[in-house]
Parts: sequence; C-alpha cells; structure tokens
Amino acid sequence: MTETDVTAKAPKPGPAEPGSQSSDARARRRVPGWAVPAAVLAVALTLPFSTLSLPGLFEGALNGPPALHLLATCLVFGGLATSYDLLYGRVGLLSFGHALYFACGAYAAALLMSVLDLPLVWAALLSVLGGTLMSLALGAVSLRVNGIALAMVTLAFAQAGSILVARDPGRVTGGEEGLSLDTDHVPDALVGVVDTVNLYWVAVAYVAVSLAVVWWLDASPVGRVWRGIRANEQRVAVLGVNPYPYKLAAFTVSGGLASLGGVVYLLVAGGVTPVVTTAEFTLTLLVMVALGGAGTRWGPLVGAALYTYADHRLLQLGGSDAFAALPAWIAAPLAQPLFVLGALFVLMVFFFPGGVVALPGRITSALRDRRGPAHTKEAA
Amino acid sequence: MSTIVLLTLTGLGLGALYFLIASGLSLIFGLMDVLNFAHGAFLAIGAYGTWWASEYLPGAGPDGFGFLLAVAFGVAAGTLAATLVELCVIRPLYGRHREQILATVGLSLAVPALLQAVWGADPLPFPRPDLVSGTVGVLGVNVPRDRFLLILAAVALFTALWLFNARTRYGLIVRAGVQDRAMVTALGIDVRKAFTLVFAIGGAAAALAGALGGLYFGVVTPTQGLSLLIFAFIVVVIGGTTSLTGCAVASLAVGLVQQFANYYTVAGLGDIAVVVLLALVLLTRQGGLAARKSAERVA
Repeated sequence: MTETDVTAKAPKPGPAEPGSQSSDARARRRVPGWAVPAAVLAVALTLPFSTLSLPGLFEGALNGPPALHLLATCLVFGGLATSYDLLYGRVGLLSFGHALYFACGAYAAALLMSVLDLPLVWAALLSVLGGTLMSLALGAVSLRVNGIALAMVTLAFAQAGSILVARDPGRVTGGEEGLSLDTDHVPDALVGVVDTVNLYWVAVAYVAVSLAVVWWLDASPVGRVWRGIRANEQRVAVLGVNPYPYKLAAFTVSGGLASLGGVVYLLVAGGVTPVVTTAEFTLTLLVMVALGGAGTRWGPLVGAALYTYADHRLLQLGGSDAFAALPAWIAAPLAQPLFVLGALFVLMVFFFPGGVVALPGRITSALRDRRGPAHTKEAA
Repeated sequence: MSTIVLLTLTGLGLGALYFLIASGLSLIFGLMDVLNFAHGAFLAIGAYGTWWASEYLPGAGPDGFGFLLAVAFGVAAGTLAATLVELCVIRPLYGRHREQILATVGLSLAVPALLQAVWGADPLPFPRPDLVSGTVGVLGVNVPRDRFLLILAAVALFTALWLFNARTRYGLIVRAGVQDRAMVTALGIDVRKAFTLVFAIGGAAAALAGALGGLYFGVVTPTQGLSLLIFAFIVVVIGGTTSLTGCAVASLAVGLVQQFANYYTVAGLGDIAVVVLLALVLLTRQGGLAARKSAERVA
C-alpha cells in the first residue's frame, strides 16, 4: 500500500523533474515540500489501524501479523537501501561491502545481548557505535583508491567478514544457522506474533530516521560537495576542496545507518543468518537502489519495498495452485524469485534507466510529445 | 617437506582454476572496462552443460573420450552464452559502464536462479573419469590427479592466449585496444568485433573452469560461480588488467597463499589472508602488480 502511494506522489514536488516549467512551478506553490513526506508518514502510521483486506496483495487483513511483518521487512530494506544510495547515488561511490555494516549491526547486537546479557537499548547503541567506527576505519583505508579498485577493496573486506561469520570462530556466530534473537533481553512489547505491530512501528521509525538523515545531509553544504564529487571529483579537488573527508563522511554515515538497520532487522526477523553477510546481499541492495532510482528522494525506498515484496510474494505464488496449472517448464523458472527479479532488472536497465520513480515523469513527457509535436520540434 | 610439496601442488591447482576464470575477466575488463559479474554465470553454464552432456548426450559419457566430448559441449554452451550476452546485453549499453555493470549483476542473479529452477538447488554429483580420479605419487606424496589436469589446462590456456595475443592480427587489435581503444577506432578498425571475440574467449575459459571446477569440487551447484568469481576479481585486481603474465602470477600467488595459510593457521584464515594481500597491493601499488594503467576508470 505504502509503496503505491509513494510512487504516485513522489514526482510532484521533485525539483529535478524535467517537466514543463510553468505547471511544475504552480504545483510546487500549491504543495509545500513537507506535504508529501507528511502524507506518506500519515499513511504509514494509520496502516496498522485499517482492517482493509487486499486478497490479491496481502495475506489476511492489513493489520494482521503476516501483512504487517511483510511491510516491516520491506521498510527495513527500504531504510537500508536509502543508506546505500547515500554512497552509490549521491556521492557516486560504488561500494560492494555494504552488507558488512548491516551484518555487523545485527550480529553485534545479537551477541551483546546473548553473551554479555546487555539490555536491548545498550546492545543497539553499542553495535551501532561499533558499526559506525568500523565503517570509519575501513572507509579511511578503502577510500584511498577510487572507482573499480574501491569496489574491489570494499568487496574484499566484506568477504573477509562473511568468511569470518561462516567459519564460526569459537562457536560464537552460529555458522550457517546464524543467531536467533535472545528474547530475554528484549522488551516484551517487541516479542510475539501479536506484537508484530510494534515491530512495524520500529521499522517505520528506522525508515524515517534514515530518510531524514540522508535528506538533511543532502540539503546541507556537505550535500552540495557530494553532488560535485559525483559529477566530477577532479574538479572539486581543483576548486580547492579536498574530496577525501567528504567521501569518508558519506561512508561513515552510510555505514552507521546500515548497522542501525541491522539491529532493526534482527528484531523484525527474530534473528540473523549469514545470508546478510554475503556479496550477493550487497548486489541485491544495488539492484534495489537501481530499480527504484539512484540518487532520488524516494527511489531507494520504493525500489527496496518493491523488491522485497516481489521476492516474498513470488515465493508464495510459486507454491500456489495457480502455478500448478502451468506447464512445468514455465512454472519452474517463475517460481524462482531471483530469476524473475534478475531478468526484470536487466530489462529495466535497458528500457527504464532512472528507475521506477522516473516512470511517471517519462510517461507524462511521452504523452506531451504525442499531444503537441510542436514542442518536440522546438526541443530538437 | 612432503607437506610443502603437497600444499604447493594443490595450491598450484587452485591457482590454475583461478587463472582459468580470471584470464577472461581480465581481458574483458582490460579491453572493454566491463566488470563482468555474469562471468560466474558462464562458469555455472559450463559446469551444468558438462554434467548434462555426460548424462544425456549420445556419444558423451562420464568416462574417457565421452567425458572429453561432454567438456567440449559444456565449453561450447558457455561460449555461446557469453557471445549472446555480449551481443544482446553489453553491446547496446556500450559506453555506459554503470549500466553494463548493473545488467551483468542482474544476469548473475538470474542465471543461477534459472539453473536452480531446472536442476534444483542440491549439489549434483559430477562425473569423474578414471584417468583423473585417485592420486598419484610425487616425491613421496599422494597428490590428487585432477590438480594436474587443472594445471595442464591453465598452462594450455596461457600458451594459447599468449600465442593469440602475440601472433594473430586479432590479438594485435585486442592488445592495442587495451592500451588505447579510441585510437584503434580512429584508425578505422571495428573494435567491437574484438569485444565479441574477447567475450567469447572469456566465456569459453570460464566454462572450462566450470567443467574442471566440477572435477575439483566433485559436485556442481548453481551458486558455485559467484564464490569463485570473488576470488577471480581479487586476482584480476592484484594482477592488473594489462598483462596476461600479471594475471597468471597473481592467480598462483592467491592460490598458494590460500592453501598455505589455510593449512598452517586456522581453516578459513587463508581466504582472509588473500583479502589482506589484495588490500596491501591496492594500497601500496595502485592498479595492481603489473599495471601502469590506473584502475580508476569506471564512471
């Protein structure tokens, strides 16, 4: 639900929209900049109180545990993708190691609670702090190189973390099986199927924090330097601004947000498995961001929510009766969410660069072109 | 002493496997600036093609000449897949490096999922011909025979690529393209043909790596490609993208470091040692051991 609202409303206030100037300006005067985020937040906050049932889209009523859990998962990945987009879309740094900081948050929080018997709040604080410090340290090393080399160094660090978790030193990380959430140290309100709605609140809060931090920084002078670095790093350096501390700041903030996401994921999923440490996981983050639209306000959130939703639903559909009717050679590939998503993504890269959030703008401009050929002639 | 011989030979075998994957990656990246995430998919296609042929293809089988035919079939499948990917996916996105990376990332997720849809996620037992099963005694150590096959294949590929590079006209174009693509185009040579060729060569090498990797691991799984691909990336970055020799040296170094560190320290530390090696190389010598060209070329 939230996702469709977001896609419908996102392009209206977007200042970067290359639509016709006058109508856009009018729309902007009518709708202040805070209106859309406020509306989306309002929808997100009222969702658990609606008993609406969408049979094709969600299992059971919207405020039932299955639907809320799915929504919460979508939101966690939305916040995580937003933090990844801070690097990829806004500063133009291609990192393949984002999974490391996410996993660090999740694993550190789980371990602090189960081994050191810390309450959730302290475990969360410490693990986010740890994740932020780790991204600061590793970023300081990795950002000495650029481009593909940066991608490879971050990939290598993340791979080291992944191997470490999988090898299970001292039987701490649980190896292949991962760790489950130690419910003794979590407030009762966040445990149990009935309280799924509280997990949903936590996820909403995380997305709000993630979006707020990214937008705020992007609007600040730092954000302007980031845009400069994305466009032409050499030029920024020539103008007398050292890009390195700015890139490191982006890396650290993004890593910190990711480890916060890890803690929230631990709560929502009730545990953590080594899947979130792998390079594939970072690749899916990249797919989410590119699917939604890199460097846009809502793109990463929309992309991640769509991806996560499709991933869950396709898996459920794969086992349903509708698929049993299809011949096996069609049904089998369609039952693999990654096949469908990967193939769709390749098509997307070809036909809709700019992602989902750019679609309404493209459609309107295509319609306008058809209506008034004079405009196109002028543009050409 | 015998341990060292064993570790050296198995390390060389592993390095040979890395070389089979990394040589194609390095050629593709050097010439086209495409970080090809779909390379793991070619590897998986080669492995599954070989397995399928040995089971179902008439004439091919799990042993002797039939196995050779099966490997040939797997390599042909991988080559075909690579050529198709270049023509249909990479070429239309020419000049847009980010989109090319994204498209290959999509393929790297979709192809293993497709293989999994058809043949299942469980590891399939790979055929093992008598000639390469069991061990052979070298200096009093029993070394698995498939390691020698890997080393042999890598040496053959190295020689073939070297001859191709040094002696053929297309090799000349590829070498010139790696150095300065714009200049080659300006001289009136259609460098895109070389792109397709390089992709086909890389796909063939990766498929061969898939078939021989099946022997090495004893099984084939849909996701085998991506985990090997990460080490191949590391090899490419350490070795630099301009020279075949750099790639070969880096493959051997990574294979040996991994084997020795895994044996003499805790298992798993060897993989991390490779990562440390990569970080050291990148931070001290940007662009890899052999390269003078900087690695900062992706938009």
